[in-house]
Amino acid sequence: MKAKHQRLVLALVALMALIGAGLLAVSALKDEAAYFYTPNDVRIKGVAPGKSIRLGGMVVKGSIKRAADGVTIRFDVTDGKATVPATFSGIAPDLFKEGSGVVAEGAFDGSGAFVATNLLAKHDERYMPRELEGMRYDESTHEMKAER
Amino acid sequence: MIAETGLAALWLAAALALLQLFLAFFGLKGGKPELLPAVRPVAIAQGLLTAVAFALLITLFLRSDMSVLLVATNSHSMKPWLYKFAGTWGNHEGSMLLWVAVMGMAGATVALFERALRRDTHMATLGAQAAISLGFYAFLLFSSNPFARIDPPPPDGQGLNPLLQDPGLAFHPPTLYLGYVGLSVAFSFAVGALLTRAVDAAFARAMRPWVLAAWILLTLGITAGSYWAYYELGWGGWWFWDPVENASLMPWLAATALLHSVTVLATRDGLRAWTVMLAVVAFSMSMVGTFLVRSGILTSVHAFAVDPERGSFILVLLAIYIGGALALFGWRIRTVREGAPFDLVSRETWLVINNLLLSVILGVVLIGTLYPLMTEAFGHKVSVGAPYFDRIAGPLALALMVALAAGPLTRWRRDSARAVARRLLVPAVALVIAALMLAFAPVRMGTLPWLGLVLAIAVGIASLAPLWKRRLLRTPLFTYGMVIAHLGCAVSLAGMACDSAFTVEKLVAARPGDTIRTAGWTLRFVQILPIAGDNWTALQADMQASRNGGAPVTIHPQSRFFAAPPTTTTEAALLTRWNGQLYVVLGEEVEGNRWQMRIWWKPFVTLIWLGGILIALGGALALVGRERRGWLIKWRARRATEA
Repeated sequence: MKAKHQRLVLALVALMALIGAGLLAVSALKDEAAYFYTPNDVRIKGVAPGKSIRLGGMVVKGSIKRAADGVTIRFDVTDGKATVPATFSGIAPDLFKEGSGVVAEGAFDGSGAFVATNLLAKHDERYMPRELEGMRYDESTHEMKAER
Repeated sequence: MIAETGLAALWLAAALALLQLFLAFFGLKGGKPELLPAVRPVAIAQGLLTAVAFALLITLFLRSDMSVLLVATNSHSMKPWLYKFAGTWGNHEGSMLLWVAVMGMAGATVALFERALRRDTHMATLGAQAAISLGFYAFLLFSSNPFARIDPPPPDGQGLNPLLQDPGLAFHPPTLYLGYVGLSVAFSFAVGALLTRAVDAAFARAMRPWVLAAWILLTLGITAGSYWAYYELGWGGWWFWDPVENASLMPWLAATALLHSVTVLATRDGLRAWTVMLAVVAFSMSMVGTFLVRSGILTSVHAFAVDPERGSFILVLLAIYIGGALALFGWRIRTVREGAPFDLVSRETWLVINNLLLSVILGVVLIGTLYPLMTEAFGHKVSVGAPYFDRIAGPLALALMVALAAGPLTRWRRDSARAVARRLLVPAVALVIAALMLAFAPVRMGTLPWLGLVLAIAVGIASLAPLWKRRLLRTPLFTYGMVIAHLGCAVSLAGMACDSAFTVEKLVAARPGDTIRTAGWTLRFVQILPIAGDNWTALQADMQASRNGGAPVTIHPQSRFFAAPPTTTTEAALLTRWNGQLYVVLGEEVEGNRWQMRIWWKPFVTLIWLGGILIALGGALALVGRERRGWLIKWRARRATEA
């Protein structure tokens, strides 16, 4: 490399790297950014089995059932428009309960049930998964509604 | 009176910062570098005043003075003293005061000890530092006064989030803040050098210790934060790509790039404009990190301030400093002369590759972190999580490891490709052997962990190669620093790969008296008892763990309940062996007197944090080595003139 052009070459390489970073990010975001789904999104758009997503909504009252092994639970997640059955094996967070918000990480199995590998529930009374901010669970109709 | 004195000290410090900025401005404008002796005491006094203000706030917390609003909302008289002390910065206002205090003291250090810089550059640097401080003084005094009183004072405080009541976490934020602020000093140096046309090797040597120190602290802060998340959150993971974690990772990525390019500038006088640009980027990332964590724009355990006014204030500061620095860069870049040239096959090229890869990773993490915030502004919510970051950052980090192995084995300026290939022969052979052994090993593992483990072994060997055939006692300390830091990267990578490839997990609901077997461990569940601590009560399991029939060790996983504020946390029981960690989490009771338990055996997981410590240690050795060499040269020169 001739010394004269070295700065130009470096600047071009840096520019290409930046464009490359942008393209990489955009292509990956296209696949992964729709990472958060509500049950209604699932109904409308469909999610391929095995694709890892976050499913967010409210746990339907009376839907939590514990399996005989003591560590597997089944529950329904709703956003008021659609309901998705889910299973989870593990230690559920303390604030995971019926009628409160939950974001479940996992994937759908072949039969249309959501297999959660991780449950994000409220850490404390002040914490709400940010995707569910502004939503409220209506106890009488078991529906989720936007506040106001 | 203590609170009022603290506030007065802050106002006085802000006034001194203004004076410092004016003196530096007129000194530069009028071409009077002899004004420097007047600027320095101002910077020192400003640093002392901020230290006093912060010490006074600590005093208020230790005395549980509930008439101060900040203490009342974040502390509790029944809290152990360590958490009263750490609670000082476990909240928005206190942490911003800590930021300002560290910045003031860093400015004082630059004023006191910097000798190598030209006088005008030194003065411009102190002026830039004062300009940054002023923004943060304004932020504290106008929208986040930590010394505000409350009338009437409440009978007791509201307490500190129990997740934050942990000795490790008490020192995690100040470590990161010291790192952020160190980068602000590097930024001030860059601004000073641009303003006074002094972007050269001497400037790089003056800036390097600050970059190194900041980078060491960021490394330690991230390592500690990762370990905290691992044992405190009870999910068994060590990195969650949480926006707050990314906020600390991004400045680290930029600082790592800057650290390597400033070395090129200091040793070879190359990459001048590039290094200045990176200094701007690195501090911008500290500001973005502060903005993300402090503006309340993210909902997480870290976000204390949910106050749009503060968010806008930091955003405006961010725009002024980053925009101003970029404008200055564009305006003055023509005055930066071309650096020394280098061949395509040279250590410089590897360092450019290092910088490019780090910048690309940084760009990708930045986009992934900000994208959800941007789409939310347009009304729809998405979340970007681990699948996105893993998919891009994973392969790029592995490519970076290749550059890390080859760079130190290539000569500065010019080398022959054949010679480099010959030096890389042993690591390459190790790579092939490791790849074959793992390919035929009776374990199933993913491509990325497999590649990671193979590369970790090869890079570990390559990182030691610069010591090959050297006289070890005469090798300079900073060469050891580089070797150990690079070895740390390989060690950490090996830990990550082992964790994702070999972890065994078991989930059971067990009765007292039951025995659980997993991954060579036998765990006897003896009993479960309620216990009480200083400000919590807990259910604690007694378990006896033994591996392959060895002597049993008792471990105590807990489920802890805090009254103020009401929260339950899981305290995992960790049993560390040289070859891994046993991790036991106690869940809730289910019908039939059974208790949920989640047990992991994580082979070599501790290497992740051991690697982090090695990286920081390498940085420390390089810092000490460089400084010592500087003193020695000066001392010899003085002795020569005396003789």
